[in-house]
Amino acid sequence: MPDKQLIEWLHDYDAAVAQAQRTNKPVLIDFTAAPM
Amino acid sequence: MYPHPEVAAFVRTHFVPVRLHIKDHKEEYQRVGALLNVQWTPTILIVDPPASERHRIEGFLPVDDFLSQLKLGLAKTGFARGQYADAEREYREIVERYPNTEAAPEAQYWAGVARYKATGDATALRDTAKRFTDRYKDSSWAKKASVWAA
Repeated sequence: MPDKQLIEWLHDYDAAVAQAQRTNKPVLIDFTAAPM
Repeated sequence: MYPHPEVAAFVRTHFVPVRLHIKDHKEEYQRVGALLNVQWTPTILIVDPPASERHRIEGFLPVDDFLSQLKLGLAKTGFARGQYADAEREYREIVERYPNTEAAPEAQYWAGVARYKATGDATALRDTAKRFTDRYKDSSWAKKASVWAA
């Protein structure tokens, strides 16, 4: 089970767009240089 | 910002989240960054698919400021989709919950516009101009709303 406190980030923009179109949600994209 | 439980919950509920690291996802970062004109990190974009930018946040923000900006992006998305009543509710919630953020005066302005778009009643704009005489009167949004004063 994923931790409900975490965000399950995608790393593929096209996959995110497809999911957004299915769910009618906007995409939030974080362009980052912070340690992961 | 994201480890904060309220931020994480808000992101999970309202968005499809994508994180592109400048080194770890170099090719995708460059491809999508060029598509959306990204010049700096952190840059957070709220986008209606496939590539209509609704809101841009550049640079680090404390939690309340960040949440207010995310909510502003969500309200702008609803507004752009013609969901004016929902957008107005989101804008007004920003003013109520995050009154001391930079998002608040902008939200106060757009709440009036959203009400006007939903109803066609110009009273919404005059009421908004009046609100700016009480709150955020030194903001640039007060200047923009001043043209609506009766």
